Amino acid sequence: MRLKSNKTVSRLTDNDVTDERTYLNRRQLLKSMGFVGAGALLSQSAQGIGWFDDDDENVFERRDLSFTQPDQFQINDTVTPEVKSTSYNNFYEFGTDKGDPAENAQDFTVDPWSLTIDGLVEKPITLSYDDLFKRFDLEERIYRLRCVEAWSMVIPWIGFELANILQQAKPLSRAKFVAFQTLYDPEQMPGQRSRFVGGGVDYPYVEGLRLDEAMHSLSILSVGMYGKTLPPQNGAPIRLVVPWKYGFKSIKSIVRITLTEQMPPTTWNRLAPQEYGFYANVNPKVDHPRWSQARERRITTGGLLARNRIETQMFNGYPEVAPLYSGMDLSRFY
Amino acid sequence: MQALSATPLRLSERRILILKWLLHGVSFSWVAYVFFTAVTDQVAGDPVDRLLHFTGMGALNLLLLSLAISPVAKRFRAANLIKLRRPTGLWAFSYALLHLATFVLFELQLEWALIGTEIIERPYITVGFSAFIILLLLAATSITAVRRRMGRRWQLLHNWVYVSAPLVVIHFYWSVKSDVVEPVVYGLLVLVLLYVRRERLRKIFRG
Repeated sequence: MRLKSNKTVSRLTDNDVTDERTYLNRRQLLKSMGFVGAGALLSQSAQGIGWFDDDDENVFERRDLSFTQPDQFQINDTVTPEVKSTSYNNFYEFGTDKGDPAENAQDFTVDPWSLTIDGLVEKPITLSYDDLFKRFDLEERIYRLRCVEAWSMVIPWIGFELANILQQAKPLSRAKFVAFQTLYDPEQMPGQRSRFVGGGVDYPYVEGLRLDEAMHSLSILSVGMYGKTLPPQNGAPIRLVVPWKYGFKSIKSIVRITLTEQMPPTTWNRLAPQEYGFYANVNPKVDHPRWSQARERRITTGGLLARNRIETQMFNGYPEVAPLYSGMDLSRFY
Repeated sequence: MQALSATPLRLSERRILILKWLLHGVSFSWVAYVFFTAVTDQVAGDPVDRLLHFTGMGALNLLLLSLAISPVAKRFRAANLIKLRRPTGLWAFSYALLHLATFVLFELQLEWALIGTEIIERPYITVGFSAFIILLLLAATSITAVRRRMGRRWQLLHNWVYVSAPLVVIHFYWSVKSDVVEPVVYGLLVLVLLYVRRERLRKIFRG
């Protein structure tokens, strides 16, 4: 059903922008005409429940991007179908069910946007929405994404190396860590308005990396996937992707990147420190206290009967990051 | 519990039969539909996750429904409503069986070594598995002939349903990452269902 509505809207977009704007404002129009009755109120309140979704619901508009495709990131793993990676998301700001973000985030506003890089830097930077796509050359990288819940996907991200922008900001020698923060906007994010929707998380969502992890060439800021800009449920307009760490490290819809001297707090670590550490490197030998991390189910195609259970690889199959952790006991620093 | 309704609510045999078939029809077609969409890859995200969630929640809902039947029957003095209790309990067991089967067949994909260690080492799975064993014993002894042969021991065994319900809720609470609201609400429902039969539970515990 979602696939269908996606298609409908891309067709709509091709037709006429003005028409769609009017269409998106239809409830406002009806209200201004004095036609708001019990039916309209019902359909509004039912949105969060999901039982009575109207089929003509608005779908977020995504643009095509231009980018290069460096060979070393075009891997052999079967790519997860776009319809799956854009409808099965953990983004508690829009609800805790996997289908909630795709359902509740379609009206999310990404333009205008402002991303600030500050803290222990010589030159603080603020990027506007357009800067996100223009300041650096974009490239496509097909990365494995391993969720801490023991499932994984393979996703063609489009973005640029985090190191590029950090270098432009010129970190001071005291800077040791990089802290990230998601947008805090309860009006747009129902999970931030109510703890019943947002799973009891203390918002805004925050994440962090050690500076050398952030500077590693595999760490990217992504602005798109599958050739187009990101949909909101996947962290539009800009998100972090750190492929050798569990998915929750790859923070979405970032508004602030701050260089710090102290290790910054991270959301899941604050919620359950015995279950989620600061590092959160993918590691088949260190189990989550409640489940094994030795294997994962790779979500691609094939439905229920697909034999998709595979071994989880150390650092999610990116051994080039191992030197970052030489001499560290990774079962202690999980 | 006291009967609060002035006049008994008489449900005809036909009404009971209709309710029974409604229960069978809804319970069967709903789970069949969800399995069909999962097998044919029509589930939006991960079919295994969808099935685990659906069968787990279904089992819990049906178990609570089966526990609600006798208080409701007493309150509205609708004695023959009790006839719905066994089929509801059996459907709760069936959903629990499908839940376990989904976990073993599709989540762990028959990796036997792991199945053993997961059940023993992961507390929330141990708790869920214990609840399943209780439901299995209750379902296996639900046939009238077995019930007769067991005599007094049948009731002793079936009192364990009051243990299974809290276990299922603990299993649910323990399995979520941070969104505990729903499991807490279910926990309160179980407390209500146990509270309305507190006299009976007191007798059971006194022996």
